[in-house]
Amino acid sequence: MEQVPDVLGYHKTVVSKIAHDMSLNLKVNGATHSLPEIDPQTPLLWVLRDTLGLVGTKYGCGISQCGACTVLLDGKSTKSCIFPVASVGDSEVTTIEGLASPSGELNALQKAWVDLDVAQCGYCQSGQIMAAESLLRTNPNPEDEEIDSAMASNICRCGTYLRIRQAVKTAAKQNLSDDMGGE
Amino acid sequence: MTSLSYAGISELAEAVNGQRLHNSALDEFRVVKLDRRQFLKLTGVVGGGLMLASVAPRAHAQDSATFQPNGYLKIDSDGIQIFAKNPEIGQGVKTSLPMIVAEELDASWSDVQVLQAPIDTGTYGYQFAGGSMSIPTNYATLRNAGATARSLLIRAAANKWNVDKATLATQNSHVVDSASGRKLSYVELAGDAASLPMPSDGEVALKDPKQFRLLGTRLTGVDNEAIVKGEPLFGIDQSLPGLKYAVYQKCPAIGGTVSSANLADVKKMPGIVDAFVLEGNGNASELLPGVAIVANSTWEAMQAKKALRVEWDESDASKDNWEQASNEADRLRLENGQQQVVNQGDVDAALESSAGSASGFYKYHFVSHAPLEPQNCTASFKDGALVLWAPTQTPPQAIGSAARIVGVAPNKVTLNQMRCGGGFGRRLYNDFVCEAAAIAKHVGVPIKLQWTREDDIAYDLFRAGGFHQMDGSVDADGKITGWRDRFITFTADGNRPVTGGSLDASVFPNGLVPNMRVEQTSLKWTNRCAAWRAPGSNVFAFVVQSFLHELADAANRDHLEVLLEVLGEPRRLGRMHTGRASGVVKLAAEKAGWGRELPKGHGLGVAFYFSHQGYVAQVAEVGVGDPEGARQNRSGESVQQRKLYVHKITTATDVGPIVNLSGAENQVQGSVIDGLSTMMDLSVTFENGRVQETNFDRYRMLRMPSTPQVAVHFIDTGEFPPTGLGEPAFPPVAPAVCNAIFAASGHRVRTMPISEEGFYLA
Repeated sequence: MEQVPDVLGYHKTVVSKIAHDMSLNLKVNGATHSLPEIDPQTPLLWVLRDTLGLVGTKYGCGISQCGACTVLLDGKSTKSCIFPVASVGDSEVTTIEGLASPSGELNALQKAWVDLDVAQCGYCQSGQIMAAESLLRTNPNPEDEEIDSAMASNICRCGTYLRIRQAVKTAAKQNLSDDMGGE
Repeated sequence: MTSLSYAGISELAEAVNGQRLHNSALDEFRVVKLDRRQFLKLTGVVGGGLMLASVAPRAHAQDSATFQPNGYLKIDSDGIQIFAKNPEIGQGVKTSLPMIVAEELDASWSDVQVLQAPIDTGTYGYQFAGGSMSIPTNYATLRNAGATARSLLIRAAANKWNVDKATLATQNSHVVDSASGRKLSYVELAGDAASLPMPSDGEVALKDPKQFRLLGTRLTGVDNEAIVKGEPLFGIDQSLPGLKYAVYQKCPAIGGTVSSANLADVKKMPGIVDAFVLEGNGNASELLPGVAIVANSTWEAMQAKKALRVEWDESDASKDNWEQASNEADRLRLENGQQQVVNQGDVDAALESSAGSASGFYKYHFVSHAPLEPQNCTASFKDGALVLWAPTQTPPQAIGSAARIVGVAPNKVTLNQMRCGGGFGRRLYNDFVCEAAAIAKHVGVPIKLQWTREDDIAYDLFRAGGFHQMDGSVDADGKITGWRDRFITFTADGNRPVTGGSLDASVFPNGLVPNMRVEQTSLKWTNRCAAWRAPGSNVFAFVVQSFLHELADAANRDHLEVLLEVLGEPRRLGRMHTGRASGVVKLAAEKAGWGRELPKGHGLGVAFYFSHQGYVAQVAEVGVGDPEGARQNRSGESVQQRKLYVHKITTATDVGPIVNLSGAENQVQGSVIDGLSTMMDLSVTFENGRVQETNFDRYRMLRMPSTPQVAVHFIDTGEFPPTGLGEPAFPPVAPAVCNAIFAASGHRVRTMPISEEGFYLA
């Protein structure tokens, strides 16, 4: 049992879903999805991809080693490939599709990723961005070592780590500048 | 009973094999460059400007407002569209190839929408991603495509304004009449341009490269925004109405066939649509025998695969064993090789009468491509027609193979080219496409086949391991006199070495030392081996550029001095230009501060390699920690563990003029990091034909904290055409780092991955 904020901001106790409860509600990027018939052990990754059609979250290894499947659970980076959908409970899931504003405006990380031309094949990058998003939410101005440590659970097979690190720093700087009123 | 056959791989493998690539790439470049008439014929013209409006590339010829003079661009009321010919696998061609068209079209990049070209070899010629060949083999064609369109747009404006076209210019997607200040956009001119006959040879003028506005600048990838928004883009992202999800289980020892399987149990599992056995088609690069499971979701299919029990007939299956092969090679290194691929001068005499000598037994393990997107393919077979959505590097090959599998003519197969989540050579082979096609035909509904990561590594076509007994000599002046490379490699058919596992006369330093012999002996091997980023070069560079340092050390001479001496005066040597080689070596050394005083425990190492028409030199600066105690390596040997600090790798590259500076820099940095990752700890080993490391917990790639600084420098003398950059920066990494380790510690590394010798990245 854990304390998590619900949509109205109140805290309440979440009881883990029991196995025979075949109906689940899943909160993703601000919308609630009802999943009437789903194996509660299904990893969140495959619910996002196959059931909800949110394919930005990627399958890379299935054993929490590569980070391509990284999403946020109440703001904290989580490997969705090994996370049973039933364990999400009332937590809010944020995927790569939920980062831009409703009007489609990219957030600071996404913008830095585009401007610095980080991607090569691009396959790992949604997971990289989500790991970075989780870092900046708790540590808005990270040192290089803190970036390295937070990003160590994400593999980039193409080797774009130097640009990823630069993009995280650029986005952090942008966010801080925005917080100060863009001065 | 299925016997393994490699027909189908071999032709392609040859085309993509490192050394042969140079031939075909250069030849093709020459054809394109010289034979513009052939190109114009392709774009719909015969002879002196007569238009054949019905020729295929004018896909919208019936629509008078659409201007599409060739397959590479289209201008209509929707704007300017440029078609990227080849698959995007992370090498950046979806951006760089259209840049070349846009340059000669004189279009504003912000006006251009880039689309993946349809797979249509009639219009585009062979479409593929491999061998760093997209730029060199398409550069002239794409310039012509853009310039032809620009010429027609100018003529359309000249007709409209009734002025001499020579008085008109183009700028930012407009034709401009500077005398009157009038201008018309390409979109406004599209309808008129579409009705004009194709220009004659002399009418199409290419820009002077000095006037380039786009080429050589830094542009960002055309799919960047879709990538950071998580939009559907990759093969794995494909969906269809009524789509089912498939997995396919093959024998863990390649070549095994299905005796029996618990299909009835599997079919009872939740969400399972069907489970059935597929016979192989006898071609190991197409369809291996196995059990297909089709389900309502990927997860249910994967769960059923875990519950699947198959009895395999392994009488013809692989018994490959890495340890046995290593032991066999250790014995064979003392004997003359089966074959001599180089024999210059008298190497035996040179080795006997030397003033100094060096010897060493080099060894490198098998590795997997492991692109981050596991193999997958979506397929729909209906009414005798097959539609594929495939992340492949060789779409025309995929069409041919899939057509054979489902028994239809190739023109009944449509392939939608998907962005590839990494390639590295793996997707040159289309076994996953063949499996998807066979499953879709069997179940009669559209399916997406998904390999697990374990499938992806276990059923890879590997970069072969290999062994080299190296012996060399120097004279009293410290000049290299003898060089012998006794190479032990692998063969599938008992005759030809596997792709990427054969040496030929182009190997360094043939032609640069007076006495040299290269011998080659092949061990029988069943698991599939294939092109892996910079095939051949990716391992040979480690051996020969490390051993050159060993000989420089035997002569008590500076390695850089010996390397430049060996390269000698600027001249052509086979396909290599020694002046360009020396140029990158000198620049890398200068930028890295070769010869400067270093902190204690630091060392600098240099290496050069010429591959895929590209010249790359690298200088690594490393630090080596003290021995920390012994641990067993993969081979069961007890080795001292030592921390390795790779502080910086300085690179100098000559691939002629750079097309996209951002992409080029990214390729070099990525190649260096891939090179470091691979040399440090990547290895697949085999027992009883089975791969032992099948996921990232045991196949451990480099991560961000271990990433060194990478400095990127380019040379463009203006004398040479542009060549590709997906591969050439990979090979020098391992020898540069190992030479630096020697300089720092006196330890000569002769095994890749170097974790086998106890090194791990700090």
